[in-house]
Amino acid sequence: MRHSTFFWFVLPTASAMVLFIAFPIISVLLQSVHAPHPAVLVEVETCTPLVGCTVETTMDQDATKAIREAEPLGRFIGLEIFFDRGHLAVKEVGEIIRNSNSFNEAFSKLSNLPFYRALAFTLTFTFIVTPFVIIFGFLIAITVNAISSHLKGLVIFFSLLPFVVTQLIGALVLFWMIDSRGILGSAAQWLASDPNLSLKASTGVMWVSLIIYGIWHAAPFAFVIFYAGLQTLPQDQIEAAKIDGASRYQQTKYIIIPHLFPLITFVALIQLMDNFRVFEPIVGFNASAHAQSLSWFIFNDLGGETRQLSSAAASSVLTIIGVSILLFPVLFRTWRDFRERT
Amino acid sequence: MIKKLFYSVIFGATLLFGIPVFAGCEISARVSIVGNEFPAIQTVGAGAQECTGAKVETNLTSEHQKINVPGMQGNPAEYTSAIIANSSIVALMNEDVIRPLDDLVAKYGKGLQKSQLIKIGDNIMAVAFMANAQHLMYRADVLKEIGVEPPKTYEDMLSAAKMIRDKGIMENPVGGAYAAGWNLAQEFNNMFLGYGGSHFKSGSAQPNINSEAGVNALNMMKALSEYMNPDFLTHDSNATNAEYRAGNIALLNMWGSRAASQTTAEGVIDAVKSNHSIAGPMTVGGGSTPASTLWWDGWTVAKNISDAEAEATFIAMMNAIHPDKMKDEKIRTQAVWLIDGYKPTDAAIGVFEAAKMSTTPYPMLPYMGLLHTALGNELADFMQGKESASQALSDVEAAYVAAAKEKGFIN
Repeated sequence: MRHSTFFWFVLPTASAMVLFIAFPIISVLLQSVHAPHPAVLVEVETCTPLVGCTVETTMDQDATKAIREAEPLGRFIGLEIFFDRGHLAVKEVGEIIRNSNSFNEAFSKLSNLPFYRALAFTLTFTFIVTPFVIIFGFLIAITVNAISSHLKGLVIFFSLLPFVVTQLIGALVLFWMIDSRGILGSAAQWLASDPNLSLKASTGVMWVSLIIYGIWHAAPFAFVIFYAGLQTLPQDQIEAAKIDGASRYQQTKYIIIPHLFPLITFVALIQLMDNFRVFEPIVGFNASAHAQSLSWFIFNDLGGETRQLSSAAASSVLTIIGVSILLFPVLFRTWRDFRERT
Repeated sequence: MIKKLFYSVIFGATLLFGIPVFAGCEISARVSIVGNEFPAIQTVGAGAQECTGAKVETNLTSEHQKINVPGMQGNPAEYTSAIIANSSIVALMNEDVIRPLDDLVAKYGKGLQKSQLIKIGDNIMAVAFMANAQHLMYRADVLKEIGVEPPKTYEDMLSAAKMIRDKGIMENPVGGAYAAGWNLAQEFNNMFLGYGGSHFKSGSAQPNINSEAGVNALNMMKALSEYMNPDFLTHDSNATNAEYRAGNIALLNMWGSRAASQTTAEGVIDAVKSNHSIAGPMTVGGGSTPASTLWWDGWTVAKNISDAEAEATFIAMMNAIHPDKMKDEKIRTQAVWLIDGYKPTDAAIGVFEAAKMSTTPYPMLPYMGLLHTALGNELADFMQGKESASQALSDVEAAYVAAAKEKGFIN
């Protein structure tokens, strides 16, 4: 392809990517190294119902107006927010390493810092959910592929339901089921003969619920991709294998899986990315007491009565870095395969 | 002739039906309101929508505080009015998105009582229409069965709860909005003020909660939670009230604005309907200040809108809190209105008691929101028994200081 043709060909995509991906990232980066100007506080008389007039502190808007208009982004603070307690907590981590006598002590102290606590959950979630989604998606796909064509439509429809249901709604359904008055919560109480057993009050059970929910929700996604891949299976190879006496397991191992491998890589990529940004189930399960993620931090920073834009921006940048680190091995492998082929 | 008849019919019909409804509320510019969703605010929203001449939109949701600042920062602002409380007005003032109302009050504010005007410094920044506080709600029949008076202190509440459990009436008789996040933090604020604590070192934005009062407050909350549904860390006001209406709990500290709907919502069992009672807020640890906070709800007018829109908004909101509304029995029970002509109903006893006992108002400080958020995030670990009270409080202070530094409140 000539260079100019190529240029015009990719121009629409490239400009959309610049507009919707590059600019927001630049904006978040800029925001994360700036913070609001120091607040000028004044004491003024404040009159409210039932209480009367008292002297209260408030912000003097006029005092900072000029500087805010001159520098609307705020003051430049470099990486200060990235290193503060709400994020990488560099100072606190340093103290923990210096003052802890054992690995366990350091680990438990570390998990008291919000970022590392969130990282512990997010990584556990990502590395359990992703493989299970691939395995279950694959199993459903080969099962559906094997059943008679009359039933296929119906089975595919029902297999897809978890993915069709809005994430938040799906999470709420499971949330109410494990409530101490819900069907699963009551069943667990009955099984353990402990009327005070609460599935929601235990961090471990909450993690397991979130992970099961994550797998339940995303398995149909993997299924659809793999099922589409199965439709392109090289039938002559399968037949040749059958003639050679290959068992079903051997066919799967030596023909189907290698054939689907690019798709498995694709699903793994998407899932690693999605699961690292786990968010909806935490909100739906009201699980923030037990499990938090970087995405949840962003939501929380922007949802309080006083919004923390810079902190949310820093969390966003850390999310982007985290996703890049996770994806690097997969992307590197794809690149190497590509190089070997050419 | 026919034309004349037509006009007189129209005129007559206007006289008959039109005028009483549209009296005094004709607006000429758009009005758009954002606010919380409890019954009294629904009434205010509907009252503003009675106005004719231009579009009046409302967006009433429990997520209002997440959207009101962004929705008022643009120019022109999406929302021309935000219905807020003493906690949430601070965020709007910090971001400088609401306008002083002095001129509008002078022009259109006839009938407002002086106490309704929220004055900050030299300016009127909001018009309050109702008061609110958390106070005791209880089941009269259950307390009668164990033979105790409605508790006046949290210590009494604990012993009543123990008796109810020991008698086998209810397994978990205490309710509370202890959901991790805003609610849990609010319960801490109540208890902390009840023990005589103050959130900040005087005259500064430095936190002051890792103190004896803080530790006592947390220990009392922990003791109460032993008598709550084990899922308490996920129960907000709505879930707590559902437990109450279903007859699962007998004692709770709940918002006055929810008092009237406790017996009228769907699915309330008869025992609750006939025995629902309310009383003032409780004290704790021998203190005399109730372990509660005093609130007001009011409305504001956006800064980044045209004067015509501001005027229309003011007129519509004035119509929404017109003294005539106080003639409606149903509206009267929805809240403790601060409006002229309001005669208190039984549902108002709790909030009036709170005011009489000089309950501390929720702190209206520019950095209180940050401390509230930090409390909401860090206290759950203590409630689950994962760390000590003082460790939890020092975590709160550290999280708050990081946030306050970012926002420029602490150097």
